[in-house]
Amino acid sequence: MMGPSEAAEQDRSEAAPAFIELLGISKHFGGVRALTNVDFTIRSGEVHCLAGENGCGKSTLIKILAGVHAPDNGQIVIDGHAHTHLSPAASQRAGIQIIYQDLSLFPNLSVGENIMFRHHVEKSVRPVNERKMMIHARDVMSRLGIELPTAETVGRLPIADRQLVAICRALAAEARLVVMDEPTASLTHHEIDALLETVGVLKSHGIATVFVSHKLEEVMRIAERVTVLRDGQRVGTYPASEIDRHRLSELMTGHKYTAALKPAFAGDANPILEVHGLSRRGQYEGVDLVVRPGEILGITGRLGSGRTELALTLFGMNPPDAGEIRIRGKRVRLRTNREAVRAGIGYVSEDRLSLGLVMPQSIADNIVVSVLNKLTGVLGLIDGGRRSELVDRWIGELHVRTKSAERPVRELSGGNQQRVVLAKWLATAPAILILDSPTVGVDVGAKEGIYQIVDTLAARGIAIILISDEVEEVLHQSHRILVMLGGRITASFDPAKVSEKELREVISA
Amino acid sequence: MPSDLVSSPTVRSRPRFAAWSDPTVTLLAVLVVIAVIVFAALTPARFLSGDTVRAIAFQMPELGILSLAMMVPLMSGGLNLAIISTANLSALVMAGVLTNLIHPTSPPWVIVAAILAALLCGMLTCLVIGFLTGVIVAFFGVHPILVTLGTMTLVKGVAVLATSGTVIGGFPPAILFLGNGSVLGIPASMILFVLCAVVVAMMVAHTPFGVSVRLIGSNEKATRYSGVATEWVLVGVYVVSSLLCWVAALVMMARFNSASAGYAESYLLITILAAVLGGIDPFGGFGRVFGLFLSLVLLQVISTGFNLLGFSPYLTAAIWGATMIIAILIAVVRDRWIARIWPAKVK
Amino acid sequence: MLSQLRAAWRRHDVQIGSIVVIMAAFFSALSPAFLTLSNLGDLLENYSVMAIMAAGLLVVLISGGIDISFEAIAAVSQFFVAIILVKFGGNWFTAFGLAGLFGALLGIVNALLIYYLGAISVIVTISTMTFYFSILMFMTQGRSIYDLPSWFTSDMSWLSIPFPVMVAAVALLVTLVLLSRSPVGRQIYGLGGNPEAAKRMGCNILGLQCLAYGYSGFMAAIGGIVQAHRVEEVVPYALIGRELDVLAAVVLGGASLSGGIGTVSGTVLGILLLAVLQNGLTLLGVSSYAFGVVTGAVILVSVTATAYASKRQQRRGVRDAV
Repeated sequence: MMGPSEAAEQDRSEAAPAFIELLGISKHFGGVRALTNVDFTIRSGEVHCLAGENGCGKSTLIKILAGVHAPDNGQIVIDGHAHTHLSPAASQRAGIQIIYQDLSLFPNLSVGENIMFRHHVEKSVRPVNERKMMIHARDVMSRLGIELPTAETVGRLPIADRQLVAICRALAAEARLVVMDEPTASLTHHEIDALLETVGVLKSHGIATVFVSHKLEEVMRIAERVTVLRDGQRVGTYPASEIDRHRLSELMTGHKYTAALKPAFAGDANPILEVHGLSRRGQYEGVDLVVRPGEILGITGRLGSGRTELALTLFGMNPPDAGEIRIRGKRVRLRTNREAVRAGIGYVSEDRLSLGLVMPQSIADNIVVSVLNKLTGVLGLIDGGRRSELVDRWIGELHVRTKSAERPVRELSGGNQQRVVLAKWLATAPAILILDSPTVGVDVGAKEGIYQIVDTLAARGIAIILISDEVEEVLHQSHRILVMLGGRITASFDPAKVSEKELREVISA
Repeated sequence: MPSDLVSSPTVRSRPRFAAWSDPTVTLLAVLVVIAVIVFAALTPARFLSGDTVRAIAFQMPELGILSLAMMVPLMSGGLNLAIISTANLSALVMAGVLTNLIHPTSPPWVIVAAILAALLCGMLTCLVIGFLTGVIVAFFGVHPILVTLGTMTLVKGVAVLATSGTVIGGFPPAILFLGNGSVLGIPASMILFVLCAVVVAMMVAHTPFGVSVRLIGSNEKATRYSGVATEWVLVGVYVVSSLLCWVAALVMMARFNSASAGYAESYLLITILAAVLGGIDPFGGFGRVFGLFLSLVLLQVISTGFNLLGFSPYLTAAIWGATMIIAILIAVVRDRWIARIWPAKVK
Repeated sequence: MLSQLRAAWRRHDVQIGSIVVIMAAFFSALSPAFLTLSNLGDLLENYSVMAIMAAGLLVVLISGGIDISFEAIAAVSQFFVAIILVKFGGNWFTAFGLAGLFGALLGIVNALLIYYLGAISVIVTISTMTFYFSILMFMTQGRSIYDLPSWFTSDMSWLSIPFPVMVAAVALLVTLVLLSRSPVGRQIYGLGGNPEAAKRMGCNILGLQCLAYGYSGFMAAIGGIVQAHRVEEVVPYALIGRELDVLAAVVLGGASLSGGIGTVSGTVLGILLLAVLQNGLTLLGVSSYAFGVVTGAVILVSVTATAYASKRQQRRGVRDAV
């Protein structure tokens, strides 16, 4: 591990001067150590990736840069001046602009006003001149080679355009460093290209960019250096050219990822779910697929490829315009998700926080919510005995780690939360489970646990549709892989006969 | 459910005040005890007497049943501003049926039939109002404040239009008994209230409907994704709320021996106060009837005590408003202490 | 051209405005008394107090909060100023100045409670409303003040525009400038649209909330004075219970309860809608008892239609609605 790191240190002398150096930064919250003795250097005009798993300390480091948190130890050197900590105002004065994942835009205001909003705060007595504001905003956009309607309300723009607005706003604030938190998570291939182009322009203006991400394949193309964090410590800083994704995931997780492929599917040949010519205008078209009991069907594709929309249709929440769905050979019409649940379908949403679980409520209620009507006894009251029997059974079987089933589900770790989601659906005794990005926000160790559960369920005869944009996940966890692109299924693979690289190329063709 | 009335600058998923769903009960119980001790000390002979208890028992049911009608929508993350107007219209409908069917010479069976007919019509009125409110909230996704603002105006408008602002009065003794009669020394209205409270408590805590309401109150979308028919649960919420208004209407018309479009309007915002003081999370998802019950007892003890001390009823209402602010304050201070003593607990 | 028209039609104020125009045309066709100067003057004067208060409430709604206490603040300030005027005398300047100051202070109390207690605005302002109003009733014992100075109660007009209408016009104009021309006004829009972003951009959240709630209290108090001038007396319970009417007017005018959205022009149209409707019905001889039914129906239809439209729009662009 020291080799490339040393190379990186040597590399420093030849490159641009350091703009910001974080030296020996430590930070703890209560009893939890978020960062331990971390060094992090950003040079003027460089594109730097900050990589690490969830909870590795990335966001704490960013918040220290933004002046939101003060470090316990260490110093922050900006242009050679050392500080023990930054205030939010000092951070912005130094030219540090953070673009959070939620972008922090004002959806109710125009593009121009969003870009120039800082003026309202800084020059709070001068009357607002709408026309001048728009001219300024257009100036900023033209510096980045962007053209967006300045008068349009931001809430009506697609995500990719909003991201550009956020970058423009950072530029308008005289940024010298733009930090982007998970910028590519919701972008399509083209949009990512456009984003990277914009970052190139920033670079040409001498503005440094830091990408914070745990998925770096795209941004690696233009990155110069990569700093990897793990468990609050810096693993090292490496030239991007020395890092490929396997090496990166090894560095991020600390162990080699060597999952074997699934053995070929050898179960019941009669399909439980058949889909023919399923279409919904603007979302997906002519989708055919078949799943058998005990089979794990992987579907991969980028966000916006129609994969989630298709999943929602199978779950009865997004009625198709054309085509048919058959379960056990019988044609079904799923008008609501209640009908889908009754037909034996469960759906684990990719958005666990807002769609998967009711976070403030108890673990027990989150498990029984799908079967409430089956638990009633006298007078329509819920039978407490049957309820706790059910809850205890699934907490035990899925190894949900908690002191009490009546604690809010919010208090659990990501992996344990996902187990609760699975428990909710297993309580309905489903025949088909749709898992939409089931390991998003789940730590590596916990991922393995989720995969084991999925395997066990498949072995019990549940048909599983595994949707994911993490290529190695579908490759190693499925019996068969379908690729979705632009609303169509463009390819079908046997995992044994396709390499990760090939698969990746087909996805972003 | 929309939780967009937040103007809390410290953006958090739930307000501080809601964080103590169980400690609320303890806090309220302590406040009730303190209030009782203070008033007992100030008016030694009179406060701790049967009269006081009886006065409280007669005054509580009206506000209590209406507060239950407010509580259920609050727990679903909504609000029902139309409870008072619904109760008034329902009372007017019942009063209309009674006064039209019963004459001084009517034989007993006519009176019984008229009462049954009146009850049925009053209930149907509430059912229709609740159903329409629920449908607009659930299926059109309109914010409950807006919908119930509309239904409140409309329902009151209908009541005013039908009566031209007059009062309808003169009911048979069986109805009046609900307002002023007692069974074994317990006021009939109190029995009605306790019955409603028990039913709502069981419903909220132990039925699929109640669990769904709480889950919807915290996150409607996630609840719908779990296969709950959230739209129909929401319709149910407003129907239940309206039906409680029907019971409140009975108690009100029995107590006043009359019905009008404009009774009890000052109670509207007080019911929200009582519910939130009782630990019902104004964002939805949490609350228990027992907390609401304690908060009603506290409010009544304060008002009866001040009454005995010879204070104006207006001062009592001012104290009620202040109680709310003080209760929030206590919760905030307590949270800060917990944060200081036990920092790891707080993120 | 057609697409421009269609885009314009999708704007809430254009829709409400068209409804107002159609209604006005309808009423003037049926009743010759509608389109007369004196009738329109009366109409505006009757709704001037509501307009003044609506201007204040609008700012709070845009900031993402709600104020239920403004009528109570108006009643308290009205009474406070009336006592001073009766005891020490004064002029319009002192009347408006004192009322505005007092109202703003009470409003700022709301803001401080909301900020420091981290409680939601609807609960805090219901509590303060109860508190302010009950204290007022306790102190006055419900008694009214009739012996207001004659300069205060005498009718005034300029170019035959009644005084209350002038005050309302100024109030709306000031609000318009505050909201669309002043940087703090734009910050209030930002705060309502995305509070977390406003904080990150360095907005002074406490300051903005004090401004919004203080402004609401200020306008309520001014409205209270104008109301006392019109009815020539101060009745402690005259204003209370009307807070939801004003809220309805502002919401009809397109302001969103979730904050960040709302305009002065929309609010004016919302009030005009209610005003023209009630005035027209009166002229047609419809009983005033029917107003509630009509107003309620208008509110329900309007909010439902708006929600339905936005739901359909959302369904059209599922991905972009995030």
